[in-house]
Amino acid sequence: MSLLAIQVLNGLQLGLLMFLVAAGLTLVFGVMDFINLAHGVQYMMGAYLAATFIGWSGHFVIGLGMALIGIMVFGLLLERVMFRHLYTRSHLDQVLATFGLILFLNQGVKMVWGAAPLSVPVPEWFQGSVLLGDGILYPVYRFVIIGSGLLMALVLWLVVEKTRLGMLVRAGASNATMLSALGVDVRKLFMVIFAFGTMLAGFAGAMAAPILSVEPGMGDQVLILAFVVIVIGGIGSIRGAFAGALLVGLIDTLARSYSVDFMRLFVGPAAARGIANGLSSMFIYLLMALVLFLRPDGLFPARGRT
Amino acid sequence: MSGPLILSGKRSSFWPVVVLCLGLALVPLVAVLTKQGHWVSLTTQMMILALAALSLDLILGIGGLLSFGHAAFIGLGAYTTGILIQEGKGDLFIALPMSLVVSGLFAFVTGIIALRTRGVVFIMITLAFGQMAFFAAQALYAYGGDDGLTLDGRSTLFGLKLLSNKIVFYYLTFFCLAGCLLLLQRLSRARFGRVLLGSRDNAVRMETLGYDVFRVRLVAYVLSGMMAGLAGFLLANHTEFVSPAYAAWQRSGDLIFMVIIGGVGSLWGAVGGALTYLLLEEGLSGLTEHWKVIFGPLIIAFVLLTHGGIEGVVTRVRDLLDGGRHD
Repeated sequence: MSLLAIQVLNGLQLGLLMFLVAAGLTLVFGVMDFINLAHGVQYMMGAYLAATFIGWSGHFVIGLGMALIGIMVFGLLLERVMFRHLYTRSHLDQVLATFGLILFLNQGVKMVWGAAPLSVPVPEWFQGSVLLGDGILYPVYRFVIIGSGLLMALVLWLVVEKTRLGMLVRAGASNATMLSALGVDVRKLFMVIFAFGTMLAGFAGAMAAPILSVEPGMGDQVLILAFVVIVIGGIGSIRGAFAGALLVGLIDTLARSYSVDFMRLFVGPAAARGIANGLSSMFIYLLMALVLFLRPDGLFPARGRT
Repeated sequence: MSGPLILSGKRSSFWPVVVLCLGLALVPLVAVLTKQGHWVSLTTQMMILALAALSLDLILGIGGLLSFGHAAFIGLGAYTTGILIQEGKGDLFIALPMSLVVSGLFAFVTGIIALRTRGVVFIMITLAFGQMAFFAAQALYAYGGDDGLTLDGRSTLFGLKLLSNKIVFYYLTFFCLAGCLLLLQRLSRARFGRVLLGSRDNAVRMETLGYDVFRVRLVAYVLSGMMAGLAGFLLANHTEFVSPAYAAWQRSGDLIFMVIIGGVGSLWGAVGGALTYLLLEEGLSGLTEHWKVIFGPLIIAFVLLTHGGIEGVVTRVRDLLDGGRHD
């Protein structure tokens, strides 16, 4: 029971981080019909910038703020130099070009920061653990991640559902050409969405930095999971991304933990961990296959998409 | 009937294949005469990559289906072979059919699900299935898990260690590649290829004409998967090593790059693409260990600078070359 509670919290935390990455991806994708494989490296850049700025300023919040500004500038730069020219290209071109960007950035961070993982200290304020009854301790910082993830989800929901900008985003997801014909500057809208999506991914990376090792290629796995999330949730749908992310986060964490225990019945602990890692990763993809088989458009397809 | 990519033009694809095959057939001879023995091994590796790229070209170029999980089939073929060799059942006539069956089965099952989707979702779902194979390989703890597995040797032929000979193995690879090239060339000209091509350009119209688009695509997908499985069989034997990295998604990206740089749908271009990739890798990694820092922007520049799509430019350049070479 106590193990279950901790695993559910861990799953929630992973799910919310995934949501931050997937939300940007699904918007960029839903509105611009643009496949951005480089979304994962933007998450990685967020983590690296946070590691650098937190180390440099010696303060978590200041470092996080600087990292967010940095990643936003980085995103705008990328949009300007590269992505803008890809919106009207075929998916094949988009996939290949952003694949090239991944190769460049993964190797680039290795050159700048070295191949060894960086570690970011958990901020002083959030050190320590909370007692959850039964003598179970849960780290405060992980609650901070859950809380900030939920807060971001709420902000995102308010912006998308209640503001004029959000209305334009939703309209763009349904029919960008029509929106442009109605006199909306779609290019500017694209830029805003792109910068915002990059910032969300960067924020996720920065928040995850203290609990994960910051290393080259850390974004690749996240990217593929985010793809699974938006396919499960339905492309272009924030609601779908939220549901999909929580589902993926919970299933991945629970499957990982229980399949280790299960495999331990048959093999030694090291082998069990290895096998369970592979098995639980496969669970996610099986879930995706199942969802696609039953509902090819995902669980919460965006309204009005053809 | 003149599309942007006509695959069946006799002039444009028959002779290059013949010239290419003759050229490749002579490589060991030249290498032995000039005492450049390592060429044989390097060309073998190139041909294996080319075979994998060729198999992707069948579904990507002719079928218009952008699969981002193609390396999975290579991994499946390689692991099937590797495991059979380790278990002492590595004879060519066991390992090869088993590799084909395993990769074909995986293609069949994943194809049934993936081919229900279109466009972007297809890319993502193939990527996810590819990852599934990658993690499955990682989970094979008894066979090296994450670190991969060094094999005891190559496949035998009725118990004889023939394939350990570089030249013999070269020609085995050569015949696999040449056979697949000719097979795909015939297929793309036959009704099957026409229907596949037609489904790429207008699936609804093909349905209306009474063709079962899903079934044709599934057949192509399985065939393509088996061909990549064959490449995996050869790769495991060539390197005498299998690793989850064979099925990694970056590998799938590399394959897409090879197909595109060689000219989508041109089949023999896949060979040129694999060669270009290997030359770039060799050349750039000689400059710096961080060669991907150069390789990445090269890809980006290639995509961005070829306005109007890559295919157009490649076709134009090829026309230019064809015109200048008057073969």
